[in-house]
Amino acid sequence: MLLFLEQFLNGLQLGLLLFLLAAGLTLVFGIMDLVNLAHGSLYMLGAYFAATFTALTGSFLGGVVLALLATLLAGMAVEVIAMRRLYGRDHLDHVLGTFGLILFFNELVRLIWGPAGMNLTLPPWLNTSVQILPGVTYSMYRLSIIIVALAVAALLYFVIMRTRVGMLVRAGASNREMTGALGINIKLLYTLVFGFGAALAGLAGLMQAAILTAQIGMGENILILAFVVIIIGGIGSIRGAFLASIFVGLFDTIGRAFLPDLLKVVLSPAAAATVAPALSSMLIYLAMAVVLVVRPAGLFPAATR
Amino acid sequence: MTAALTPRNVAVAAVIAFLILLPIYAHAIGNLFLLSLFTRIVILAMAAVSLNLIMGFGGMVSFGHAAYVGVGGYVVGILAYEGIPSGFVQWPLALIVSALLALGIGALCLRTRGVYFIMITLAFAQMIYYIAVALDRYGGDDGLTIYNRSQFAGLANLSNKTFFYYLCLGLLLGTVYLVWRIVNSRFGLVIQGARSNDRRMNAIGFPTFRYKLACFVIAGTICGLSGVLLANHTDFISPAMMHWTRSGDLIVMAVLGGMGSVFGPVLGAVALLVLEEALPQLIGVVAHLLTGKDVAAAREYWQLILGPMLLLIVLYARGGIDGLLASLRRG
Repeated sequence: MLLFLEQFLNGLQLGLLLFLLAAGLTLVFGIMDLVNLAHGSLYMLGAYFAATFTALTGSFLGGVVLALLATLLAGMAVEVIAMRRLYGRDHLDHVLGTFGLILFFNELVRLIWGPAGMNLTLPPWLNTSVQILPGVTYSMYRLSIIIVALAVAALLYFVIMRTRVGMLVRAGASNREMTGALGINIKLLYTLVFGFGAALAGLAGLMQAAILTAQIGMGENILILAFVVIIIGGIGSIRGAFLASIFVGLFDTIGRAFLPDLLKVVLSPAAAATVAPALSSMLIYLAMAVVLVVRPAGLFPAATR
Repeated sequence: MTAALTPRNVAVAAVIAFLILLPIYAHAIGNLFLLSLFTRIVILAMAAVSLNLIMGFGGMVSFGHAAYVGVGGYVVGILAYEGIPSGFVQWPLALIVSALLALGIGALCLRTRGVYFIMITLAFAQMIYYIAVALDRYGGDDGLTIYNRSQFAGLANLSNKTFFYYLCLGLLLGTVYLVWRIVNSRFGLVIQGARSNDRRMNAIGFPTFRYKLACFVIAGTICGLSGVLLANHTDFISPAMMHWTRSGDLIVMAVLGGMGSVFGPVLGAVALLVLEEALPQLIGVVAHLLTGKDVAAAREYWQLILGPMLLLIVLYARGGIDGLLASLRRG
């Protein structure tokens, strides 16, 4: 039971991290109709920025804030220089162009920060354990990831559903041309949305960097997971992305933790030991395939255009 | 037949002639690395041609095409490891397995379209990648060395590098011819019609799902063959063969060469892989000129150039190399 609780929290934490990544991705997709494979590069940049600025300023929070600003600016620069020219193109062009950007960013990071990864050291007040239930302790840092991500999700919900900018974002998602025709500066809106999505990705990256390390290519595998999330959730839907991230996070973590034991019930221990790792890595892809076969537009498709 | 001497046809003929003469040149200058490089180029060109059949002509953007290359390779590798080196068993089995896999994956994926199709093909490729990683008996993540290339009862010796190159080249040209015949057949016209307007094709009585699935299976099988060749060429299989970036490379080859023509992806494969070899050298020379010192380290960063180059090609050179050649005539 204790193990289950801990795995549940780990799964929740992975899910929320995925949400931060998927939110930007699904907004960019829903509003600009752009498939951005390079979103993972912004995740990586966030991690490297945080490691650098934390070392420079000597303060964890200061480093984090500076890193978020830097990722925001980097995202807006990428939008102005490259992405803007890809709007309205074929999805294949997006895949190819942003694939090129991944190569570029990976090499750029290697050029600036070198091939070895970077550590983001936690301050002592985060690097402890807390008692969440009588007799149950959990990593303070992982708990704070959950809290921060939930707060960001709530803020995102508020901004998108309750503010004027959010209204424009929703309007842009449901009908781009009409929003532009009503006199909204759609170019500026796009740049802001992209930069904001980049900052969210950067936040996810720097939070993950403290658990693992900041390294080249760190954004690629998790980007594929984020794509799985937005496909399951239905492209363009923040609510779908949130529910699907939590689902994928829990499904993946709990699957990895308990599948080996479950399989031992049906299979011989030797066979279970071989099958379990493969099957648990495949679980979410399997889930995605099932979802797409049953509901080809995802579970919570955004309002049809 | 006045159009026979277009720049495009001349270029295609020149590339084919170059590929045929290459081993002679490589032997003449004693540079066998060149032969090995071009064997790889020819094999990957075959995979790119097959991808282009579904992507360029069928409008099905598969982001998991490297999976079939990997599966073809793994069938060869696993059979060799288990003591069945006969090519008469390995090759047909590899093709059957990749065809069945493409049939299963295609039947599920073709229910979706657009970005969903791109992503679900990627998801299936990832699944197969993780299966390969989990195959502890066959090296898992580290891969497996193949000690004996496929045996053809003394009829053919695949270890002879020149013979193997010509075998791959022959199969590539055969593939190009096959795809060309498919594209220009009634079947191919249905596929292209479905790309333009699936609903209309259905309305005039073509069950496009079946046509597209058949096309998907043909492409997967050809890709499996290129996997068989790749495993025999590198004497090694590993999950890295089907990493998702490999699928990305295949897309790059097809788009770079030009998706509108059957031969385009061959041009793309040659261009991309030669560029991969030449860019580091070029950067080294430029760095040497700029700084006056030999900056070996600078050569590592060739992807810094390649990445933006891909973006520029997407933005400004639609139709790829083939499109450029075709426009020379009009211009």
